[in-house]
Amino acid sequence: MIAVRDNRDRTAFAALFDHFAPRLKGFIIRSGASAPQAEEIVQDVMLTIWRKAAMFDPHRAQVSAWIYQIARNRQIDIARKENRPVPEELREEPGAEPDASQILGLEQEAGQLRQALAKLKPEQREIIEQAYLGELTHQEISTRTGLPLGTIKSRIRLGLDRLRHELKDLKQ
Amino acid sequence: MSAITHHTPDAMLAAYAAGNLPHAFAVAVASHVSLCTQCRVALEAHQSVGGAILEETGAVAVSSNLKDDILAQLDAPFTPEPVYDRKGIYPGPVMEAMKGRAPRWKKLGLGVRQDILSEDANGSVRLLYIPPGQAVPDHSHSGLELTLVLQGSFSDATGRFGVGDIEIADEDLEHTPVADEGDACICLAATDARLRFRGLMPRLLQPVFRI
Repeated sequence: MIAVRDNRDRTAFAALFDHFAPRLKGFIIRSGASAPQAEEIVQDVMLTIWRKAAMFDPHRAQVSAWIYQIARNRQIDIARKENRPVPEELREEPGAEPDASQILGLEQEAGQLRQALAKLKPEQREIIEQAYLGELTHQEISTRTGLPLGTIKSRIRLGLDRLRHELKDLKQ
Repeated sequence: MSAITHHTPDAMLAAYAAGNLPHAFAVAVASHVSLCTQCRVALEAHQSVGGAILEETGAVAVSSNLKDDILAQLDAPFTPEPVYDRKGIYPGPVMEAMKGRAPRWKKLGLGVRQDILSEDANGSVRLLYIPPGQAVPDHSHSGLELTLVLQGSFSDATGRFGVGDIEIADEDLEHTPVADEGDACICLAATDARLRFRGLMPRLLQPVFRI
């Protein structure tokens, strides 16, 4: 992803496609689209990734988290023919050196997150998946996902505390 | 800016990440996240969970020509979506809802003014301007109302809400927000209108205030 962002590297983009396009297709079909619709959305999402690559900040998001949000946004924009309101972008300081420990920390926690997901009981996992596929309202999320969601999110708390400090610095 | 003490509930951030909040609420939440580091971090945590689920989703093979089609389009010209920056007290998502213009205030009486940014069957988003010491006109809403303070502050039975604070009021909350002394209070108010025709009072008030 960094090679795509910094060098506009097409080979790296092709590798990103090989990894994510089939997962995106599966994900979008799970959220209710037909296979041809899903391919259209995959195409739109992959092009958005290419065009918005400059916005990707490895200190703040894993590639999968960033792509997840793009996929949800594009799927909804296309379905509703409107643009979802998104928060203001925080821009990295120009010329800021990458902080390897922060990036590594996020990656480790993404691994822990996946392990925590894998340990859920099937019915708990099903509810969490429904929530992130946009199938539950916020009321349903609050009443139905409480405990498993808390368990999962506790795995990323350390990284979040670090992130909070970074963002505060960025905003000042 | 004083510290933000009233935040977006976690379930609402999760629903926002998943794209399952009514548009009006999404405007309010995106605006709050623009102002609130804590909720931005919490939102990014939900994006991480979403990303982990995406990684673990069963892959479905894509058509053999899809990759070449996409690679061929990388250089195609495209028009980027306009990005609305924060302007004064108005965060980017509010500027977007106003399409970059300044507020067009309409008088509601007693010095209170409003600007309806969007209104349809799924909800409404408006800006409210309340002079210091003035109460928000009684608008016993059914359903949920999100109120984000952009300037000044207001207080009601549940506490004091300053710049960046968001109040989540459901239909059970009998609240009469009153703008505090100092600057006039300007807030963004978002409602989901699904339940708005249920009560008699809102029906009678709607033609008057469109709220």
